[in-house]
Amino acid sequence: MAENNGDGSVWMGTGQILSRFFSPIPLLGWLSGAVIAVFLEHVIGNSLAVSLGLPRIPVLFGFVIALKEPMLIPGAIAYVFLVYVIPICIIGRLGAPVTNLVAEKLLKLPLFFSVMVHVGIFYGILHFWSDISPYRVLTLKLTLIAVMMTLSLNVINGYMGEFSCSHPGFMALGAYATSVFTLVFFTKDRIFGEPLLSPALGPYMFPLALIFGGLVAALGALVIAVPSFKTRGDYLAIISLAFMFIVKSMIENLEVVGGPRGLSSQPNWANLPTVFIWTVLCVWIINNFVRSTIGKALNAVRDDEMAADAMTVNTRRTKIVAFLFAAFWAGVSGGLFAHVLRYVNPSTFGLQKLAEVLAMVYFGGLNSVYGSIVGAVSLSILSEMLRPLEIFKWIFIPLLLILVMIYRPTGLIAFKEFDVRSIVHPKKRNEE
Amino acid sequence: MPLLEVKNMSHDFGGLRAVSDYNLVVEPGQVRGLIGPNGAGKTTVFNLLTGVYRPTEGEILLEGKNIVGLQPYRIASMGLGRTFQELRLWRHMTVLEHVKMARYSKLGYGLMGAFFGTPKRHQKERENESRAYALLEMLGIKQLSDQVVTNLPYGAQRRVEMARALAMEPKILFLDEPTAGMNPEELIQMMTIIREIKDRFGLAIFLIEHRLRMVMELCEIIQTLVFGKVIAEGTPDQIQKNPKVIDAYLGTETVE
Repeated sequence: MAENNGDGSVWMGTGQILSRFFSPIPLLGWLSGAVIAVFLEHVIGNSLAVSLGLPRIPVLFGFVIALKEPMLIPGAIAYVFLVYVIPICIIGRLGAPVTNLVAEKLLKLPLFFSVMVHVGIFYGILHFWSDISPYRVLTLKLTLIAVMMTLSLNVINGYMGEFSCSHPGFMALGAYATSVFTLVFFTKDRIFGEPLLSPALGPYMFPLALIFGGLVAALGALVIAVPSFKTRGDYLAIISLAFMFIVKSMIENLEVVGGPRGLSSQPNWANLPTVFIWTVLCVWIINNFVRSTIGKALNAVRDDEMAADAMTVNTRRTKIVAFLFAAFWAGVSGGLFAHVLRYVNPSTFGLQKLAEVLAMVYFGGLNSVYGSIVGAVSLSILSEMLRPLEIFKWIFIPLLLILVMIYRPTGLIAFKEFDVRSIVHPKKRNEE
Repeated sequence: MPLLEVKNMSHDFGGLRAVSDYNLVVEPGQVRGLIGPNGAGKTTVFNLLTGVYRPTEGEILLEGKNIVGLQPYRIASMGLGRTFQELRLWRHMTVLEHVKMARYSKLGYGLMGAFFGTPKRHQKERENESRAYALLEMLGIKQLSDQVVTNLPYGAQRRVEMARALAMEPKILFLDEPTAGMNPEELIQMMTIIREIKDRFGLAIFLIEHRLRMVMELCEIIQTLVFGKVIAEGTPDQIQKNPKVIDAYLGTETVE
């Protein structure tokens, strides 16, 4: 028994040492470590990979080759440690006094400025990291889009506590509306012919196209919201599921937008900065919303609608607004999705997409911006890793979901506030 | 003009007449009580007046305006606050968030403020927060402000509900058995609180209570409700001596 305890306490001890070692590192410290790591990869990545017996730089931290070529796993792990883990930890720790000082100085300026510096550095890291291969760029873009999807669904399923299944439908509406907008106005293509406006104008009008996509999705949401929010209960789940299928078969039968063959040749405007900026915007606005008293009214409606009503909260309006808001972001993410792949077809937006986004929400954690980000990123990576299994990956992801539901019913990081100020805050030393 | 006036209100649940011919006049600053045995329809009366149910017949006038058929949130923002018998708190929210939420209709910023975090929103939220803190301090639960309500002891939860109802700045406060499940010490504290809020805010209070001692001490006029009908109305002394009340509410059984 003593030995058992000993084993446990060794682990506990290691954890404590690690947390003490890393606790003084502010976010800025981690970011600067990552900058060095990404730089290192650019310089020595290729030669290091070869000397470790890898054919090339592991594109996704070795996750992708884990199943394809298991013999290369040790090399990939060594690579990840040498290029990412060790440099980030060492530089983060050694630079902590400096980065803490800088973070403190930054915090004296308006919060907005400090946040912009962090976001800018973060974008730089992503940019140089993804520079290595087009596969990384694509995966990164799709992951960012997944973050938007997950977060917006979390507004309905987590914050509001209703169960909506129509997110792929909203995404499809957004994807098609945005595509039609850009194809009609700015691109010469098979279906719509000559552009109505000068294509040179296009990239500047792309945000408008995305907003248009979002609004069309929100309009679709209104069709669901008006009948289903008169009462509470399972109506929304059923109506929204029906809506998803209606949208899918409607698009399949609309020859104007290509029917089941889909729409293609969207202009290549959804580059990494665009997707990144929209994702940051989405996270920022949704986080603003859910932390305001107006947004908290969603939690009140979820936890006790009668009490919310008695406390002057217009519950019906609250629910409808939140639903349209979430649908808007799903539409925007759909628009980006269409322009990242530069091809959409209706079968993308079916049950499988629904399962994917629901898994991300429930795995990551309900009622939490952190949770949605973690859920979307981890399941995107997992999904890339399991790609060689093809359709069988749909055994593993639901299985994972079942395990999470058993051991952490609300998800990994549920009910946690995403407070920007505390994230960029410098860390105090523990000893003092 | 009375603050709240109810004229000949009746309500049917299917074929059952739950409340019949109910009349009420509450003057500003008055404390009224409603007593009656279990199942007499007391909470139904509250739910009718606050708009949860729509009365089958009759009129409800709040400051002379008919509020029959309005949504509960509209009635609430017109100045009718309430607490619930079964403690309807929001289980994932903190004490401070509860009190801030009750000022939803008086927030002073709109959706754009919520989305983009405008300076106006931050200013309004700060004002809201300082009001909330003042209320929590008054009710003696300021130190619990960032606790999630489910972690609190029962007495503190009752106070949170009270603070939440007061944050709406009601003109009349409906208290549905505010001391249900409390021990004698908590009961005395709650009575002190009710007296204090009445004096400080000058609001009218309409109280449902099971504990006669509390009603007799606090209320100016008491109604007794049995099977949906008011069988007696009067001062505590009159009610205590009324044979119908003793018969219906306290029971006729004599000690053998």
